[in-house]
Amino acid sequence: MISFEAVIRLVVGLNEAELRHWIAERWVRPESGAEGYVFAEVDVARVQLIHELRYELAIDEEAMPVVLQLLDQVYALRRRLRVALDAIDAQPDEIRAAIRARCGAED
Amino acid sequence: MAARDPYEVLGVKKEATEDEIRTAYRKLAKKHHPDLNPGNKEAEARFKEIAVAYDLLSDKDKRARFDRGEIDASGAERPEHAYSRYRGFAEGAPGERYEFHSAEGMAPEDLDDLFAFFGRGQRGGGPGRGGGPVRMRGADLHFALTVDFLTAINGAKQRLQLAPERSLEVTIPAGVRDGQILRLKGQGGAGLNEGPPGDALIEIHVAPHPFFRREGDDIHLELPVTLAEAVLGGKVTVPTPSGPVSMTIPANSNTGRVLRLRGKGAPRPGGDPGDEYVTLRVTLPEGDDAALAAFLRDWAPKHPYDPRRGMAS
Repeated sequence: MISFEAVIRLVVGLNEAELRHWIAERWVRPESGAEGYVFAEVDVARVQLIHELRYELAIDEEAMPVVLQLLDQVYALRRRLRVALDAIDAQPDEIRAAIRARCGAED
Repeated sequence: MAARDPYEVLGVKKEATEDEIRTAYRKLAKKHHPDLNPGNKEAEARFKEIAVAYDLLSDKDKRARFDRGEIDASGAERPEHAYSRYRGFAEGAPGERYEFHSAEGMAPEDLDDLFAFFGRGQRGGGPGRGGGPVRMRGADLHFALTVDFLTAINGAKQRLQLAPERSLEVTIPAGVRDGQILRLKGQGGAGLNEGPPGDALIEIHVAPHPFFRREGDDIHLELPVTLAEAVLGGKVTVPTPSGPVSMTIPANSNTGRVLRLRGKGAPRPGGDPGDEYVTLRVTLPEGDDAALAAFLRDWAPKHPYDPRRGMAS
């Protein structure tokens, strides 16, 4: 678990006001602890990503929510797809073969 | 592996300006950023190459040394360009935190309609499709629910519309925190072939309050007091999440003084509730007050003071 101050130190070039703004916009959603915000690794990676999108890729404030929302949907889909694939993987061979044939046929 | 010529990687000419290099980099990075291309190994390799080239060409000094042939394109002395590795988390369970992004509150998870296909063919599966019926647990459904500040502290029942024709009464436990996820067992998607249903996972968003602020289980409040209350002290009525209470302000309380109302914060499961911290803010009367002005003009403080003495340079 990582503190607000630690995130500021970890992400080079990030300032405090900006991170607060991102949290207020709910682009980043750390938990609130007794001592303030508590960041998990996923949150820090997301801060790093938003910082890159903002400054390296020049995505502006207006476009950012659209980018993040689409990204969140892509990852949600991928997580579900993985669950579905795992479920398919656990099936007997003939079912897997049938699914493969079906997916191939519909491509 | 010999690194490719950085000019070639970014597709710019040797004499390109800094701006041209930056523009070329942005264009390529947008296309190949690994977090924007999950699962695409080629994009990752390509992005690394682009980042390395940009690191070299965006640094005037390094670029000059490269141009003079003092360092090669692999730039061995340069630390690897750091870039976010969000997807490593986002693809797994930690990414569920960012499942939905709606600030509006309820956002029925529309991905689940894709997975309704598990439910299809329950009747029509028929023979010839190989194997026996597959029992499968239903999908977990994700929802967001925005509750107001006081509801989050005091708890309540609230209706959540799961689908146009289906709603659910959710018990908001007292003291719930922003971002907390409530799991309602068996309220998710239907199972396949008598498999058990999934759960409904409800992420709670707590709306802000006009004057209460929550930190952990404690409540903070800024309380305006009159000049007379600050100097002379006295009893005042203070709002708390559970209703107004009476509080005594000690005489000579300055702006910024913090008074604690024990146990008036958010309830804590299996522990004492948090406290409410009241920060005083001395407020002058509105408009001119000739008597007050006259008093201050004639007033000789018993203890003359300079509130800015700590700022003298």
